[in-house]
Amino acid sequence: MIEVKNLKKSFGRKQVLRGIDFAFEDGQTTVVIGPSGCGKSTILRLILQLIKPDEGEVWVNGINIATLKRQEELDKYRSQIGMVFQSAALFDSLKVWENVGFMFLENTRMPRDKVKALAEEKLKLVGLEGSGDLFPSELSGGMQKRAGIARAIAQDPKIILYDEPTAGLDPVTSTVIEDLIIDMQTRLDGISIVVTHQLSTIFRTADRITMFYEGKILDTGTVEEMKHSSNDTVRNFLEGKVVAP
Amino acid sequence: MLQQIHKDPIMARMTQAIESTGEYTLFLRDALFFLLRGRIHWTNTLRQMAFIGTDSLPIVLITGLAVGMVFCLQISGVMIKYGSSGVIGGVTAMSLARELTPSFTSVVVAGRVGAAIAAEIGSMKVTEQLDALTAMGVPPMYYLLLPRMLSAVVMMPLLTILALGIGLVGGTVVGVLAKGLILTTFIDSIKSLLYIEDVLKALLKSSFFGLLIATIACFQGIKTGQGAQGVGEATTKAVVYSLIAIFVSNYFLTFLLFTVLASA
Repeated sequence: MIEVKNLKKSFGRKQVLRGIDFAFEDGQTTVVIGPSGCGKSTILRLILQLIKPDEGEVWVNGINIATLKRQEELDKYRSQIGMVFQSAALFDSLKVWENVGFMFLENTRMPRDKVKALAEEKLKLVGLEGSGDLFPSELSGGMQKRAGIARAIAQDPKIILYDEPTAGLDPVTSTVIEDLIIDMQTRLDGISIVVTHQLSTIFRTADRITMFYEGKILDTGTVEEMKHSSNDTVRNFLEGKVVAP
Repeated sequence: MLQQIHKDPIMARMTQAIESTGEYTLFLRDALFFLLRGRIHWTNTLRQMAFIGTDSLPIVLITGLAVGMVFCLQISGVMIKYGSSGVIGGVTAMSLARELTPSFTSVVVAGRVGAAIAAEIGSMKVTEQLDALTAMGVPPMYYLLLPRMLSAVVMMPLLTILALGIGLVGGTVVGVLAKGLILTTFIDSIKSLLYIEDVLKALLKSSFFGLLIATIACFQGIKTGQGAQGVGEATTKAVVYSLIAIFVSNYFLTFLLFTVLASA
């Protein structure tokens, strides 16, 4: 379980998170929604400790990650989490299979041919078999996202974080990515956190939705509960209505 | 008080400069931390050595040759006029070794390598590739930054010695063929005025300049702002700050190496 307690974070003079308390449960896909700039992606970066909170704590499986002081401890912690970045963030200079097997190439002594076989296996899972020897620039946007997912699941992590996984994709490709998110959660049975404001992604992948608004949690619940939320802002957001709260 | 600082543009700039200096110092501390713990990505270091060293060789050699030829051409006219033609080779060699070659080589490398490093790291920052590295437990300092810094420190002296060699050849060719100096006199003059410690100190300087170029470029790369504009600004800053740092530190290094240590 991932618990965040009284999490606060500012960038310059803008306070993005104003005290978030939330628990991401095991075996669930939690979708974090909210308007742009409300701190959705920030929470993923805080969980990975890519940035540090101004106040508050992040507990992952009973460990306060602020206590991981040594670089090696942090590296080990981070390598147990899969992260799918908004821009896919594949390394341009490496082939697709090297991207997928990057953690094994860099953090273990596994022979390259074995890493390649493993990477090809993960690429097959996301429907990219035969693309391993291409460079990321040779892939379409949707294929890059899928390669990003393959890289995130390379070590069979129990936690996968998705940052806007379907942003900028056409509806068909979005559906493919959403199916992959569902499939990965079924396989890994861990914690998936999806940050998005795409309605189809929200409704298709979420076991639970939490809505951030102005740095606070506005409401949390299942898809049906959120659709019938007593909060107008939540309902308007999920219905895509242009109405000020 | 703080609000006043934010409002006053001069104070805000000064605050920003102090903050940047502090961040740069912490950045160097991190680099030292990885270096002392032996966390060095050797494969990437070798790749960067090829990029910074081998790939820079043509432009460095052309620059070194041109500087040697031009310098000899400039001084030989005056020195022949005042009857000092016997030391033209030595003066050329001493000037090239002590000052001109390390400085010009560093300027060329700052332009070519500093810009490339800042642009590459900056692009990786804006496309979240640096975050991806960190997220996979591979610190950018280990995988990307330290290899570039080490390579610059190692390859700069090698580039400088080669530039010095070809600069001396260029100077000799100009002295002998264009100015009619006697080859043996020219070479004897080089031998008598160019000391090995001059060359070693020049290499030390160029190694330090390499460190400045790579650390400033890497730092500007990881501090890149958003989008293509951010990458452009980081690249410009990397080159401008490197050149300023080279020229300013050059005076103090020269004073230390050739004045303080020479008289000690």
